[in-house]
Amino acid sequence: MQRLDDEMTNKAKTFAEGREIIAFRIGDQEFCVDIMSVREIRGWTPATAMPHAPHYVLGVINLRGAVLPIVDLSLRLGMKAAEPTMRHVIIVAQVGAKTAGLLVDAVSDILTVTDANLQPTPDIASDLEKNYARGILAIEGRMICMIELEALFPQIESEAA
Amino acid sequence: MDMNEIKEIFFQECEEQLAELESGLLKLNDGDRDPETVNAVFRAVHSIKGGAGAFGLDDLVSFAHVFETTLDCVRSNKLEPNQDVLKVMLKSADVLADLTNAARDGGSVDEARSKQLIRELEALANGEMSAAAEAPVARAAPVAAPVPAATPAVNDEGFQPIPFSFDDFGDEEQPAESGVPTYEILFRPKSELYAKGNEASLLLRDLSRLGEMSIHCDTDALPLLEDMNPEEAYFAWKISITTDKGEDGIRSVFEFAEWDCDLEIRAVEKKSEAGVEAQDELPMQPVPFDLSILDEPTDVIVSEPEPVSPASAADFGSNVVPMAGAGRDEAPASEQRAAVAQPAAGPAAASAASSAAAAPTIRVDLDRVDRLINLVGELVINQAMLSQSVIENDNNGLSSINMGLDELQQLTREIQDSVMAIRAQPVKPVFQRMSRIVREIADATGKSVRLVTEGENTEVDKTVIDKLAEPLTHMIRNAVDHGLEPPEKRQAAGKNPEGTVRLTAKHRSGRIVIELADDGGGINREKVRQKAIDNDLIAPDANLSDEEIDNLIFHAGFSTADKISDISGRGVGMDVVKRSIQALGGRISISSRPGQGSVFTMSLPLTLAVLDGMVVTVAGQTLVVPLTAIVETLQPEASAIHSFGASQRLISIRNSFCPLVDVGRILNFRATQANPVEGVALLVESEGGGQRALMVDAIQGQRQVVIKSLEANYTHVPGIAAATILGDGRVALILDVDAVVAASRGQSLKQEISLAATG
Repeated sequence: MQRLDDEMTNKAKTFAEGREIIAFRIGDQEFCVDIMSVREIRGWTPATAMPHAPHYVLGVINLRGAVLPIVDLSLRLGMKAAEPTMRHVIIVAQVGAKTAGLLVDAVSDILTVTDANLQPTPDIASDLEKNYARGILAIEGRMICMIELEALFPQIESEAA
Repeated sequence: MDMNEIKEIFFQECEEQLAELESGLLKLNDGDRDPETVNAVFRAVHSIKGGAGAFGLDDLVSFAHVFETTLDCVRSNKLEPNQDVLKVMLKSADVLADLTNAARDGGSVDEARSKQLIRELEALANGEMSAAAEAPVARAAPVAAPVPAATPAVNDEGFQPIPFSFDDFGDEEQPAESGVPTYEILFRPKSELYAKGNEASLLLRDLSRLGEMSIHCDTDALPLLEDMNPEEAYFAWKISITTDKGEDGIRSVFEFAEWDCDLEIRAVEKKSEAGVEAQDELPMQPVPFDLSILDEPTDVIVSEPEPVSPASAADFGSNVVPMAGAGRDEAPASEQRAAVAQPAAGPAAASAASSAAAAPTIRVDLDRVDRLINLVGELVINQAMLSQSVIENDNNGLSSINMGLDELQQLTREIQDSVMAIRAQPVKPVFQRMSRIVREIADATGKSVRLVTEGENTEVDKTVIDKLAEPLTHMIRNAVDHGLEPPEKRQAAGKNPEGTVRLTAKHRSGRIVIELADDGGGINREKVRQKAIDNDLIAPDANLSDEEIDNLIFHAGFSTADKISDISGRGVGMDVVKRSIQALGGRISISSRPGQGSVFTMSLPLTLAVLDGMVVTVAGQTLVVPLTAIVETLQPEASAIHSFGASQRLISIRNSFCPLVDVGRILNFRATQANPVEGVALLVESEGGGQRALMVDAIQGQRQVVIKSLEANYTHVPGIAAATILGDGRVALILDVDAVVAASRGQSLKQEISLAATG
């Protein structure tokens, strides 16, 4: 299982042929993740607050019997806190061996991209952005930042490794 | 199926055989002289030897062989199974178990011990070797399978006489010579024979190895197909055999089956083969029957057309749990019935309840059961959510939807109960392990101890059983080491020099109650009190009731043994036991009478998958507090609250002061302390033994909740034991009372979430 995950990650890192990504919006910015790590997309439901949780962890919700932590991706990326409404969506993503819910404003697109589309993260970015950004995609005049999920949840990665 | 899987099954069967061996020996120890008991013991050792031989486990085989030889002397009444003999045998059973474990997991065994026992066993056997002990290993195969209900092949409706030639065995045995006696055998198996996994055709094949034989199957008793009971035995065989092995040789073929069949053997004067065939006894021509189809010893069981093949049912692999057919509610009520429901039920069941012995059992992968349990948990939650939303949207409450929902609720509850019952297992294996521990400690301390177990068929969730072994071992050690006096002292007190430790299990109001009683000296309260004073646990002038003194032994670092022995008294004592019992959601209490002994009573939940909890509100959040932790709840009055130091507050309850713990504050749900008068205090008992009053805002009610792991997708949260899902579909957190209490001593919970470190 773990070996398989690693393989998948390695494959995802080299976009030899086209790979599908899910693009989503937070505020006026667009981000994307590899579609292979997305398990499902669902609407917002109020989360149960967790004591001693980092500020960007909104709490946990019930995903068909599993307890799923919800991360305010906007806060996690150093932007302002989301004010979740019924129109917000949760991207249920597989990170290592664990599953987490990412709260975003909306899902905007499913795209097929290749290595040619992916540009390295520009130098101006701060450390935070450099850590989570795998690169920038330029598609039809839009700028989409590709997120490295493992970098957002380092403890999950280290546990899984 | 590869070799490892087969081996795994062998070891599982070994465990069953070892359990049977031990219970048989213990029965003999109690004075049972039923030949069937001796036989069961012999069979167990023989089967282990047989299987071990097939896997080339030489150590196991050689030990089992010596053991078996000695047992055979008992079986043939050459050796009286008195206490001394049984002591050696029980030890041998322990070594056999060690050898089996070593063969499975690697590791080594105490060779000196097994060598010593081999010598003792050989001395007992006195060099008497019987033919039975040398029996071919292959014969163990049919016995080795724990067959609860093997149906005879012969009454399968598709039965056809099979052509059969003795040429296959010609090279093994000499042809009949003139002067060799001929015997006539009437062999009529009873259904028990098949129920125990014997197989008539295999017996006949073994018989054929003795010499020239002809065989006739008597089908007179066979009823019409519609009247036929598939588990009944209808066939009999008339065999005429020419052999120089004598009647004893023939009997030895049937040695495992002797009690389960009618067997008549008589010598025939006539020598000529033709004469045999012409006899009146055999009106029909011998049915040709090709035994070569049976010539695959490793496959003997599966090759039979049995409707239920235990070997193939056991194919599921490593983690299997034998399931008993009896519901757990029946277990305490009728132990005999429950005993029957067990796979490979003991010899008592075989003889006393042979008609019911066929209660079918299957082996199922534990993961499958757990998946089912999880799904049913979802179903229950979903049903509750559905009911709630219907009630919210429907005000007249009389609609047919409501009636349907009520029925659905009942059904889901029933499904949940039955699914939980699948995981329920008798506590027997743990109890059996305890008898070994008692023996070893009795040996080490030079005490004579008798372990009496009751209610070992009481069923409880498998995880509870697994986690019960450790605290129980500890307590048994304590009971023998500290509880029971040395024999001289007992005699001086007018007691039986042999001490008794009684281990009982029973169901009581939805929980399992396990009692461990010894008839030792009871708790020396003076000593305990002095020790507690020495260790600063109590004030020298404290006025404690007897009960309170007894409960002091649950304090951390408390051991009353003057000398620290190997067995107990290493400082980790009853406090560890208490904590592990509490971790299981249980409680433990002690009652002791000086000179008469002590009784430890443990009350445990039947399952760990659900928990009885009190649903409370704290700072707008819903939390669940495990009911087992709560001693009482109360509404504090302003006059009972006293400030203490800078931030501490105490509440006075019946003239004693108890620290107040604001749960909302500890969990960081609010920044300032709540006003205790507006909330409810839950009086809890924590692992340190002290009481604390947990402040919550309100109590919503009491509910049984399904436990969900937080760690699966998140991480451990200090102060939180697990999560659950409430009727409205939302996640509620289950409070870790011990952690919260511990945190209240050190102000706040340790923040150890690595997620937080990455902001």
